[in-house]
Amino acid sequence: MSPRVGVVTFPGSLDDRDAARAVRIAGGEAVALWHGDDDLHGVDAVVLPGGFSYGDYLRCGAIARFAPVMASLVDAAKGGLPVLGICNGFQILCESHLLPGALTRNDSLHFICRDQRLRIEDTSSTWTADYAAGQEIVIPLKNGEGGFVADERTLDMLEGEGRVVARYLEVNPNGSRRDIAGIRNERGNVVGLMPHPEHAVEELTGPSTDGLAFFTSVLNSLVASS
Amino acid sequence: MTDTVTHAEQSPEQPQPFAELGLKPDEYQRIRDILDRRPTSSELAMYSVMWSEHCSYKSSKVHLRQFGEKAPATDALLVGIGENAGVVDIGGGWAVTFKVESHNHPSFVEPYQGAATGVGGIVRDILSMGARPLAVMDPLRFGPLDAPDTRRVLPGIVAGIGGYGNCLGLPNIGGEVVFDESYLGNPLVNALCVGAMRHEDIHLASARGVGNLVVLYGARTGGDGIGGVSVLASETFSEGGPTKRPSVQVGDPFMEKLLIEATLEVLHAGLVEGIQDLGGAGISCATSELASNGEGGMHVWLDRVLLRDQSLSPEEILMSESQERMCAIVTPENLDAFLALCGKWEVEAVVIGEVNDSGRLTVDWHGERIVDVPPRTVAHEGPVYERPYHRPPWQDALQADGPDDLPRPSSAADLRSTLLAMVAAPNLASKSWITSQYDRYVLGNTVLAQPEDAGMIRIDEVTGRGVAISTDCNGRFAKLDPYEGARLALAESYRNVAASGAVPLAVTNCLNFGSPEDPEVMWQFAEATRGLADGCLELGVPVTGGNVSFYNQTGGTPILPTPVVGVLGVIDDVDRRTPIAWGPDGELVYLLGDTRDEFAGSEWAHHVHGHLGGLPPVADLQRERLLGEILVAGSRDGMLTAAHDVSDGGVAQALVEMALRSGVGARVWIPDGIDPFVLLFSESAGRAVVVVARTEELRFTEMCAARQLPAYRIGVVDSGLGPDAGYDAGTQVLQVGDLFTVTLDELAVAHEGTIAALFAS
Repeated sequence: MSPRVGVVTFPGSLDDRDAARAVRIAGGEAVALWHGDDDLHGVDAVVLPGGFSYGDYLRCGAIARFAPVMASLVDAAKGGLPVLGICNGFQILCESHLLPGALTRNDSLHFICRDQRLRIEDTSSTWTADYAAGQEIVIPLKNGEGGFVADERTLDMLEGEGRVVARYLEVNPNGSRRDIAGIRNERGNVVGLMPHPEHAVEELTGPSTDGLAFFTSVLNSLVASS
Repeated sequence: MTDTVTHAEQSPEQPQPFAELGLKPDEYQRIRDILDRRPTSSELAMYSVMWSEHCSYKSSKVHLRQFGEKAPATDALLVGIGENAGVVDIGGGWAVTFKVESHNHPSFVEPYQGAATGVGGIVRDILSMGARPLAVMDPLRFGPLDAPDTRRVLPGIVAGIGGYGNCLGLPNIGGEVVFDESYLGNPLVNALCVGAMRHEDIHLASARGVGNLVVLYGARTGGDGIGGVSVLASETFSEGGPTKRPSVQVGDPFMEKLLIEATLEVLHAGLVEGIQDLGGAGISCATSELASNGEGGMHVWLDRVLLRDQSLSPEEILMSESQERMCAIVTPENLDAFLALCGKWEVEAVVIGEVNDSGRLTVDWHGERIVDVPPRTVAHEGPVYERPYHRPPWQDALQADGPDDLPRPSSAADLRSTLLAMVAAPNLASKSWITSQYDRYVLGNTVLAQPEDAGMIRIDEVTGRGVAISTDCNGRFAKLDPYEGARLALAESYRNVAASGAVPLAVTNCLNFGSPEDPEVMWQFAEATRGLADGCLELGVPVTGGNVSFYNQTGGTPILPTPVVGVLGVIDDVDRRTPIAWGPDGELVYLLGDTRDEFAGSEWAHHVHGHLGGLPPVADLQRERLLGEILVAGSRDGMLTAAHDVSDGGVAQALVEMALRSGVGARVWIPDGIDPFVLLFSESAGRAVVVVARTEELRFTEMCAARQLPAYRIGVVDSGLGPDAGYDAGTQVLQVGDLFTVTLDELAVAHEGTIAALFAS
């Protein structure tokens, strides 16, 4: 039986269908999870999709963090459940303190949508194991508040522990410190990523299929450990 | 004191502010005749917004009838003109609905909110047909790029479109950005939305079933947008008048997203008998149209409307254009289920009325009757005007002042510098600074987006069935000859859709003009609608709906007549799409169609000489149809690797965009007997540049010969031209005959720099 990957829909989630499609294309079973339901329905991993949960009011991800589903998810993530937060999902993970740092307004002050070149810096996480170390990929980036910030000590720690998962190449599109596009937690099961791998899983609709390996990585690790 | 019906009967001579609400004296008298008394202040409010130009189409109706009268025979049209949006059968059990609307005046007054709520309004139109909205496009027009007011409105409008559409989760897949002096005091913000549904899910706006309930749901009603359609959209701006910012609505895209999801759930659960969005004219429009289309009677308890501001008067509540609201007709048995689904999405809903067979629309305010009218007189039987029109006396002189005497580049060096100047001209330059602020990926079905010829989305993920849409209009052509200009706009849009590989199927339009009270503007409008109707008949594509925007002028000078035409096409398998980027070395570049010496209204005449005069290019729609068939067949049978329509900026612009999109150079030659300048920059219609693999060349050229479509081999894709042209190996070069070479890097700098240089922070 293929692993079951939950995709959470908050009010204002936009890329939930895309994340579910990516899970299916990678060979998994996508399970819809609802923000108001604290039951994770026994899923093997969870994607927090992109969008504007609660309209990004107050602060991106700040309200979603208090959704009933998040209480269960934070506990499960601390217990090792693989969790990938994409864009707004990354913002929610930071607000939930599953990941350090914060995402701030793009330095250009404009929303930006572009095909972004990245380097995969770390392949030890559950979500990046299928990439080659140093592999360069091109996937869509689209955000208004994607500038990753943290204090110098935290940035040094992330770098020192190899927890920078992906870095922007050629252009830093949003003013992220040290060109950081994605990070992971210490254990490697929780990854936050500003660009959108779920939009790069089909030649027809994406700039590449480079994003697919995020989803095959977690599925392969789940199959291997079952 | 509330102005009740009883009070109105008792005080027939009480003066009423009909003129301030935009009604003419004879219109006011007509309301008195209908009611056989003076209207109450609430009734006056309803009539004033519903009889506004924007809602009633009173000046345009007599001309718009042609779209129905001259409609080509088609079985593709499931729902025609008159509903919130037309619905087209695209096969496989799928229906697609699409429409374009204007939000010009609000966007000038308050760029961000005006543009944002333009997107929101058209999305609700699509939603109210029962369709899931799938993509948006935005045809935009501004004054000169470097004008101070353009710098005020453009960033706000772009941010508003992006801010609303991105947050709503709809990909923005195309549109236009055009700069012209005439739009300086009156920018055009048109918004298009396309949605899809299964045939059985089509819903219409009618209140049927006596005893059924009228449910208002979504955002609360506030004091924003009061008089938006009457005071704002149906009048000419004058210098020094009172600020009209309060008439602009304020958008909340997050609420609209919840409204979409809640609406689709109640529709799919079968809980809705009729549905209507609230846009222009708010509750006045929704209740009168629903009642008029249904059993003919409705009673409303207006004090039940949930308010953001408790101090609003009943007149204000009736006129408010607060966004993100919908109105549904629900049976009493389904009400609890309906409210529960709204609750799931945290959307407020309240029963405000009931359907009856009284033949009247009655409204109570805290137990007192404040409205008692026949709903058809509000919604559908407003005034209709046969506005006088005549051909402007200056039209002959304009057409006589052709571009033949304008100095043309003669030397090879002049041609080269003209090319670099043209690709950097505001109208031809890359719009990526704008379009990169729009999400084009969300929903995961975008197959083609700007800067491709048409936007294309996949509708059916299993079969790959999809649709392509393009919007186009050259307002300069329309000024030179409104009849031909409208046909040329249709031709260009049709060609763009065919170039992407889709079969053109249906048309929507947004007719942007000056004041209908100016007989010369009215003549432009009459000619343009006649041209568009004739053109649609000739091309076999019906008009499914659209929008008219008048009063686009500040003071006495109207905008260029701008009939924006949107064409929708269907493609069986989006995998067969034709992009504009050409393929690898050795592929052959063909020019399809005839190139004539046609520069009147061209971008060259406009940008280089600031000239507008003469007669626009010939619009041979039979040729367009043939070209379209060749382009579609070339896509379907795998003969074409790329195609690009030839329009603004001519063949030169098409070649540059294809080269830049692919990043590979090419060798181009000038066919015998044609002047290089004419080949490169003429804007003759009915042409496309296509790219054919060598293995397909014979099959393709034989098809063109058999169908008698001229096809000229004008080039070959070649990535190795660098060394011969004196550059490093690897440098990508466009070589034009033995005249000149130019590197793709130079072209990219010129093409990308113009708009970014002015606006990038």
